[in-house]
Amino acid sequence: MITQTPSQTVGPFFYDGLIRPGKPFIPTLVRDGAQGQRILIVGTVLDGDGVPVPDAMLEIWQADANGYHNHPADPNCAKADPNFSGLGRCDTVNEGRFEFQTVKPGRVEGQAPHVNVRVFSRGMLIHANTRMYFGDEAAANADDAVLSLVPLERRDTLIAPLVTTNGLPTYRFNLVLQGQGETVFFTP
Amino acid sequence: MTIKQLLSRINWKGQPKYLHPAYTSTVKRAPQQPLIPLPHTLSELTGPVYGTGDIGPLDHDLSRNAVRNGQPIGERIIVTGRVLDDSGRAVPNALLEVWQANACGRYIHKVDQHDAPLDPNFTGAGRVLTNANGEYQFITIKPGAYPWRNHSNAWRPQHIHFSVFGANIMSRLVTQMYFPGDPLLALDPIYNSIADTEARERMISSYAHDVTQPEWALGYRFDIVLCGSKMTVFE
Ligand SMILES: [Fe+3]
Repeated sequence: MITQTPSQTVGPFFYDGLIRPGKPFIPTLVRDGAQGQRILIVGTVLDGDGVPVPDAMLEIWQADANGYHNHPADPNCAKADPNFSGLGRCDTVNEGRFEFQTVKPGRVEGQAPHVNVRVFSRGMLIHANTRMYFGDEAAANADDAVLSLVPLERRDTLIAPLVTTNGLPTYRFNLVLQGQGETVFFTP
Repeated sequence: MTIKQLLSRINWKGQPKYLHPAYTSTVKRAPQQPLIPLPHTLSELTGPVYGTGDIGPLDHDLSRNAVRNGQPIGERIIVTGRVLDDSGRAVPNALLEVWQANACGRYIHKVDQHDAPLDPNFTGAGRVLTNANGEYQFITIKPGAYPWRNHSNAWRPQHIHFSVFGANIMSRLVTQMYFPGDPLLALDPIYNSIADTEARERMISSYAHDVTQPEWALGYRFDIVLCGSKMTVFE
């Protein structure tokens, strides 16, 4: 194996390089005609003092509403929704807050519906990797093979409650980088 | 016996820890709980797929992609290299995004307060896809060093930030490219967050005279090695 290139922090000045250029790096994963239930995912990134982190960037990656990915590793990739990008990116410049417009993903390989989340920020030499599960999928969550790897008392850091159905169903997923209520992170 | 495709994983020997107190911003942002090993499901084996339609014609040329009334100031350079996986195979169609300070060490970002001039003809942002051989090339302006407030008289070595999407989401990498012979490297806590010498020096580009163009620009070579090579496992 060749030595891998090390990770380094995204630093404080990534905005013009990673956010501004637009497609396909926007917080909206859906186009007109996308299949499935449209939802919002909202939240705040917090540091070890509970202070919002205004210079983080989140990337999410998920299956479409039917559980398919537009990628050759997915045997069903030909069926993937052409109006769904799967990838979203959002900054947290507004007091640590982010908001993604997406669809509720279908189940993949029997796993509970979930969204893969990566957090980059100044002060993080390597990104943090986590998953968001859905608070209204209790039965599927109870059977999920990845959630079952997480100590029971920490699982709720990965489960986003449905906070409003007024307008689009909205799930709240706060990311606590450190300390009390620290979000469960997986190997990146 | 079943045959499974797995991906090679991050080798922590050559990666930074979250907590690196010499880089003071890590102190309140480093996760403290142990990471949970994640099995590789389709969520991890897949990732975004890019095509040439995602790239504009001048996205690779930072010396021209923000021109308003003239050429940007500074030393024009060519940065080229290959994106490989850690088994040495080329990664085609990898998306590279770069961003950097201008020749004076100033970012266009509005939060950058360094007392150095902006360049009206340079934003310092670009993107490119690797070709079938995993090769990429940017044209840009050599970035200046800049001060930061991490410690007394702290200066970042000259660097270009790189963001890379490889063949799957597990190979995602954000890193920085440094320049050979920079005396600030020895003093930089971000560069020195990598304890392993071989891995750390992988972040330093090399001067490439074969890339240098006469009467026009110096060339630097920067190869990028991602985790996530495919391994076939029998179990
Ligand atoms: Fe920088």
